[in-house]
Amino acid sequence: MGPKSRVSACKKETGRWQKAGEEAARNWELLTANRGESLGLRPATQTFAGLPAEVTKEQGEIMTQSAPVAEAAISAESMRGPVAGAESTGETVLGGGPKYDLRRRPRVAESLIQGFLFLCGAISILTTLGIVYVLGRESLLFFANEEVNLLKFFGGTEWQPAISRFGIWPLVTATLMASLIAMAVALPMGLCIAIYLSEYAGQRTRSVLKPILEVLAGIPTVVYGYFALTFMTPFLRGILGRDIVEIYNTASAGIVIGILVIPLVSSMSEDALSAVPGSLRQASYGLGATRLETAVRIVLPAALSGVAAAFIVAISRAIGETMIVAIAAGAGPNFTFSPFRAAETMTGHIVRISGGDLSYDSIDYNSIFAIGLLLFLMTLSLNILSQWIVRRFREEYE
Amino acid sequence: MTVALERPAQTQSSQSAAYANGTGSFAIEAGGMGVYYGNFCAVRDVDMRVPTNKITAIIGPSGCGKSTVLRCFNRMNDLINSARIEGEVLFQGQNIYDDSVDPVEVRRRIGMVFQKANPFPKTIYENVAWGTRINGFRGDMDEMVEKALRSAALWDEVKDKLQQSALGLSGGQQQRLCIARAIAVEPEIILMDEPASALDPIATLRIEDLMKELSEKYTIIVVTHNMQQAARISDFTAFFSVDEYRTGNLIEFDETEKIFTNPSQKSTEDYITGRFG
Amino acid sequence: MALDQRQTATQPAGGLMPSGPAYREQVVTRQRRGRRWAIIFQAAMLSGIIALCALLFNILNQSFGYVAIINNIDPAELAIDGVPLDELTKDQLVGILEANVSAGLMRRYEHDMPFAQRTSENVHELILERVVEPQVQATWGLFESVFARGSVFAEAEERFPGSDVYFRSWLTTSFISKSQSSEPLRAGVRTAIFGSLWVVAITILFSFPIGVGAAIYLEEYAHKERLINRLIQTNINNLAGVPSIIYGMLGLAIFVRILEVFTSGAFLGIGDQSTANGRTIISAGLTLGLLILPLIIINGQEAIRAVPNSLRQAGFGLGATHWQVIWHHVLPSAMPGILTGTILAISRAIGETAPLVVVGASTFIALDPSGPFSKFTVLPIQIYQWTSRPQDEFRNLAAAAILVLLVLLLTMNASAVLLRNHFDRGQANA
Repeated sequence: MGPKSRVSACKKETGRWQKAGEEAARNWELLTANRGESLGLRPATQTFAGLPAEVTKEQGEIMTQSAPVAEAAISAESMRGPVAGAESTGETVLGGGPKYDLRRRPRVAESLIQGFLFLCGAISILTTLGIVYVLGRESLLFFANEEVNLLKFFGGTEWQPAISRFGIWPLVTATLMASLIAMAVALPMGLCIAIYLSEYAGQRTRSVLKPILEVLAGIPTVVYGYFALTFMTPFLRGILGRDIVEIYNTASAGIVIGILVIPLVSSMSEDALSAVPGSLRQASYGLGATRLETAVRIVLPAALSGVAAAFIVAISRAIGETMIVAIAAGAGPNFTFSPFRAAETMTGHIVRISGGDLSYDSIDYNSIFAIGLLLFLMTLSLNILSQWIVRRFREEYE
Repeated sequence: MTVALERPAQTQSSQSAAYANGTGSFAIEAGGMGVYYGNFCAVRDVDMRVPTNKITAIIGPSGCGKSTVLRCFNRMNDLINSARIEGEVLFQGQNIYDDSVDPVEVRRRIGMVFQKANPFPKTIYENVAWGTRINGFRGDMDEMVEKALRSAALWDEVKDKLQQSALGLSGGQQQRLCIARAIAVEPEIILMDEPASALDPIATLRIEDLMKELSEKYTIIVVTHNMQQAARISDFTAFFSVDEYRTGNLIEFDETEKIFTNPSQKSTEDYITGRFG
Repeated sequence: MALDQRQTATQPAGGLMPSGPAYREQVVTRQRRGRRWAIIFQAAMLSGIIALCALLFNILNQSFGYVAIINNIDPAELAIDGVPLDELTKDQLVGILEANVSAGLMRRYEHDMPFAQRTSENVHELILERVVEPQVQATWGLFESVFARGSVFAEAEERFPGSDVYFRSWLTTSFISKSQSSEPLRAGVRTAIFGSLWVVAITILFSFPIGVGAAIYLEEYAHKERLINRLIQTNINNLAGVPSIIYGMLGLAIFVRILEVFTSGAFLGIGDQSTANGRTIISAGLTLGLLILPLIIINGQEAIRAVPNSLRQAGFGLGATHWQVIWHHVLPSAMPGILTGTILAISRAIGETAPLVVVGASTFIALDPSGPFSKFTVLPIQIYQWTSRPQDEFRNLAAAAILVLLVLLLTMNASAVLLRNHFDRGQANA
């Protein structure tokens, strides 16, 4: 049913509304033109065609109602003019005073509801502000301490707040090491799995394998921590020798973090690969490329921005991962570059300190917020980077 | 080497005797070819011999399996899991559906241009170079790219922006780039699936001119829904129709002039004159 | 037979493209490389599955198996006239207890609950706890217990002479129904389960209405071009990527510290001394609520976006207000999607550990939580604490608790899938 039939339906109903009906139809046309046919926008004309003349009041209503629809969905600016026009035309045609009062009336309940819903959305802003305020305030208190300064913080290689050693590096290197190991596991594995699922596996295989990955993604991190300590560590010690691998070490924590983020990498990458239009694959095959050449040299580069975004989100996730390192990596800052030694990451340190007795405004309390701020900034910049990559390098396919 | 005609021209097939007994060689010979999607028979009993270095048009009402037939000629239907092909398709005397034949090689020898231009999201240069590179091209790549682009009548328009993304070209330019890309790997046959259907009339004209030029060197098989286009450019025309089971079948295959002026089948005439379809 | 016999004849312009046997050989090489990589891709998938299997195997392995136990007094010695301990009457059991523990302890038991009111099972338990005093010496995994039974017994015999070796399932009904204990053989997860349920209830009450409200606002009301709405949207996407421990610090600073008066229950006068620091169920619930809010909003937006516009048009066409259309048409259609997303978000909350450690989960509580202002512990915290203990038997307890947690999560995820399927079918029929 198009706008045209709507007009004719209006004509059938009552001649007086003819002009207004046409205006409305024009509005609909504008609407559909603006919003695109894909939105499936159809006027409810069918209802009108069969209705008796008394229902014309509702026809009047729909014209006022069409305005909010447009506002909700698209830029209202382009709509306002014609809609207002429809109302005024309707009134002038009526001549001797309108039979129906079509003026906007205040709807208090509607406004209240909308206000409440806006507040719900605004809570997210409050959360962010809260995070920034809390981390910022306590960090400022930390750096306001006369024994602490930025030079010590970023220059020292020992972290012992109790004896005024405030070098963040032991925690950072442990974090980066665990993340690096995790990425060495997760990126190749996740990408291979994504390519397999997107380019090789059949529909049925995919429907079996994807839920398995979802299960892997749904397991709580504390369980992974348990796995790292009671399985991965003995496993590594069995292979490499007990002398080399300590009971707590970043290697087993890193490997297990890698396993944890594999589903993240593979599902995000697979989404990106699947979004590459099939016509590119066909073109590639049409030139005599093999499946591997098509997958790796056409589809993968075309999906590169999405895959890169997946990688970066995975890094961010690995840096912020807490329970695995808290359980398996070690409980004490240790400036080391050996993945088989115990070392405490930033997150692990926060958990250990806050898990003990912690008095407010002590140097320990403030220091974990300073670490938290650094962690927040690291993950936030990675997340923003990944979003920017997606936006900037997305290939637009029709 | 001229491929000998092993099967006599079928009486029921409408290929004209004059042509069937002619001296021309054939680029593709389909015999008893049928295509199934699962249990659904999309096309059946296709017997046609496509002459070398000519333009052959495939026409017919929508849903008659024109594109399906075209895709059978370079095994593109392999990519659809449920698709199954019966009969044989001879390319230089060899059945391309034989187990020993590698579809990768088939597709290199029988190139394809698609309905919608689908350049790779790479530079214009890379779009042309890529296919030859994976196929082991040794030589001056710049020269090769220029040659291919010239053959596709695109060189003058893009020579200054070879390193720009191909997605920035207009629809018609993109389609000619796809043609350049296809001829760069030096195929024998180029299959074109409604190559101009998404283009404006001027771009369409350029593609048609290009096809005529290319037909001196290549065998071109083109699917079109536009009868005028078929009449304008093709030397031979195959008319497909669809039966009551929605299965496509070849009604008539002959020289274009004969199909459009004096078809031997009633349904061809009905279609040509616009009585159905 | 190569396909390009006529190559030179028809392609005078060619030349450098490989042809003939050279090309043939090249294609074979490429295809071989393709097959090799296909195997690598499959192997990656396979190792993912293997990792999952190893994880599950490891947990099952630790949840069951032989234990070597040495009792302070052999229960057989306590038998009276050849009647074994667990078949004695209550009076006989009380007699044994009296004979073996101090009078002071007996008075305390009498004070807690008069022996007259106690059941014989209860007294039996007291005897096991105070008289028999079983001590775990060593534990073995399920794998060893099944496939290397002989060496288990031999090792137990050699290292712990006189020990009692028997097969024990760490996951039992009493494990689920008992509260926490420092004795691994009697410890249970009831407190933690109740804690988890309380915390999650608060989380749902907080995040579901707000999350759905925000999703409605962003999809139905917000002008996408307005700065504030773009800000909200970007902000939500970023919040979803903030590490969970940061939420814990937010909860610690805001709910536990600044809002202590409210979260400790002091403003209602019902908080007791032990919870006066604000480390309560409500603080934990609100923290997790903030944590999963972005997930619920993003999921809700997707569900609302999936509602066909024709439905809204039909509603508006009948003269409904915007909210009427949302409440009567959009929300009911989007609800299955919203609920599915919410369940998945909640299962994330149930498994969350780090933020609750920071907010201040109690290390040891034996009393069930009594309300939102109680101290709390939850299943993952319990698992974390048991895992951190050096003794093997606590690892076994942790494994059993993990099984409980996984079953809980699996049930929730399965119900999400069922819900989705149910509503999908319902809509298909409608």
